[in-house]
Amino acid sequence: MKNEIKNYELKIKNGGRREGRKLKIWITWIISLLLLIILPLIGYNCGNYYAIHVAGLVGIYCILCVGLNITVGYTGLLDLGFMSFCAIGAYTAVLLSIKGIPFWITLPISLFLGGFIRYLLGVPVLRLRGDYLAIVTLAFGEIVRLIANNFDWLTNGPKGLPRVGEKIAEIRLFSLVFNDDLQFYYLIFFFLAGTILISYRLEHSRIGRALVAIREDELAAGLSGINVSQIKSIAFVLSGMFGALAGAIYVHWIGFISPEMFTFRESVLLVSMIVIGGMGNIGGAILGVILLVGIPEILRPVLGTKFVDYRMLIFGMIMIVVIIFRPEGILRSKRRAGELKIKNYEL
Amino acid sequence: MFFEQLVNGLTLGSIYALFALGYTMVYGILLMINFAHSEIFMVGAYIGFLVLFSILAFPPQFLPIYFLLCFILSMLGAGLLAVIVERIAYKPLRKASRLTPLISAIGVSIFLQNLIMLTVGAQSKTYPDKLPITQFHFFDVQISSLQIFIFGLSILLMIILNIFVSRTKLGKAMRAVAENHTVSQLMGINVNTIISLVFLIGGGLGGIAGVLNGLYYGSIKYNMGFLLGIKAFTAAVLGGIGNIKGAMVGGFILGIAEALAAGYISSESKDIIAFVILILVLLFRPAGIFGEEVTEKI
Repeated sequence: MKNEIKNYELKIKNGGRREGRKLKIWITWIISLLLLIILPLIGYNCGNYYAIHVAGLVGIYCILCVGLNITVGYTGLLDLGFMSFCAIGAYTAVLLSIKGIPFWITLPISLFLGGFIRYLLGVPVLRLRGDYLAIVTLAFGEIVRLIANNFDWLTNGPKGLPRVGEKIAEIRLFSLVFNDDLQFYYLIFFFLAGTILISYRLEHSRIGRALVAIREDELAAGLSGINVSQIKSIAFVLSGMFGALAGAIYVHWIGFISPEMFTFRESVLLVSMIVIGGMGNIGGAILGVILLVGIPEILRPVLGTKFVDYRMLIFGMIMIVVIIFRPEGILRSKRRAGELKIKNYEL
Repeated sequence: MFFEQLVNGLTLGSIYALFALGYTMVYGILLMINFAHSEIFMVGAYIGFLVLFSILAFPPQFLPIYFLLCFILSMLGAGLLAVIVERIAYKPLRKASRLTPLISAIGVSIFLQNLIMLTVGAQSKTYPDKLPITQFHFFDVQISSLQIFIFGLSILLMIILNIFVSRTKLGKAMRAVAENHTVSQLMGINVNTIISLVFLIGGGLGGIAGVLNGLYYGSIKYNMGFLLGIKAFTAAVLGGIGNIKGAMVGGFILGIAEALAAGYISSESKDIIAFVILILVLLFRPAGIFGEEVTEKI
């Protein structure tokens, strides 16, 4: 009896401590959220426009990386052509927008088209083994870029869209017209928050656990009653939609696209951000973006444009070093850290 | 028209085949796609360029010696680079999951590409055309001596490689390691040496393919490896990745398919053809022409 009471007291104590920690986490979240909302406003009023532009860019890349993380990080499918879905979203948005269709209608269409094409790609491709999948996605990415480059009547080829004399419709929210970097920062911030929320909820849902199970052992996952192809397909389509989302926002913000923006190099850059930051971890993906996009862009005016050339050289080295010495990335995901490590000795 | 494109296709195909051998040999022994191989090819082309560029006078009687020197140096340089890359970037990851070395290979590829871009320059370089080219006419098909040279040299190298793999002791050891690392180690084979040897041979052939490519097209660029690398990889997959004969046949088939597409459809469709073939092969016959279906062991 006494023992039980003691246990109960202990439980309350522990629970109380956990409650306290939860509160702390919430406070940190809210403060950082407020900082993210207020800081750009201060920067804007102090005339620091470049920093806001960079922040917007980081936001776009964060949407892309958090989306790609669903495929690469959770499910363990290496996708080397993710930029093609950004391109599909961007081209759909711009082609409709030129006709004067408002953003809030073109956005769902871009998302749907991105997801649908991703689904069609996934049906045959998801059956392939890991490294073959990487090659096919790479080839698909190149095909999309080549199509954008060669179908002049649709995409205006390498000269890009919109053509001379055409105009992308502005994004309007009631009476608010989005036209400068600060407004777009908030728009991107809003969508990024949504992306992170969806991704976080997904990670901790039944589907998210199924994805991790598939990553660890597809066969065992299938035997445990997971519908492997269906779950993989869901993850694949969802991440493609995030790619299209980023593309659609980006093109409205910058107001121009050309096939050169969606090269293999960019797709690889996204993968390296996730790898360096930490696979399967939203925070890791964001850290990767800050390290590989944010810091170099902020440093660009300081170190000169020459630095941008050296950037890729350094990334290549960092990628090799990180993957050899810390294969989980800088911020490793809790799940990956907790995994059993069994050396596979084959005889 | 048809025969002319066929000749072009065979020339192109022999370059692809030499290039594809590197992919297929590494895959056969390590079960990994060596993404950095396209950069080995590019570096080989640059070494050949530097050798030919630094020789100022070209008296015709020394021409064979110079070209021999150029091929040997680029072969050695590219092969050694491949071995170094393996030691640094792949060897520590041999026991890791299968996607891990792929990512470090991408890192190597980015690094080498940018290294060449920053040291040699981002502009494309004109390849020194010191080789005297004569045109032959068979009926109404025009064949240049360069095309015959490329075709002949690659066939020669492939025959040598085939004899090496099938007849010599080292070749036997290579095949044994490809079968099973642990067992071949128990039989007294030094697995690490054999893997290095595979990278040396594959890289060397890639380097020669780079030089031939430079001679044939007349210009090289720091990012030339990417597109050609995917095509060579397609050739390897088409023939059945891991299979040496498959890579040779696959290279020729791809070269001919591309040349015919360029001749009959349009020159832009040439690049798309390779990607479409790649996707179709992977979807319908991932084992390729000569590959055998491998059932996955549990």
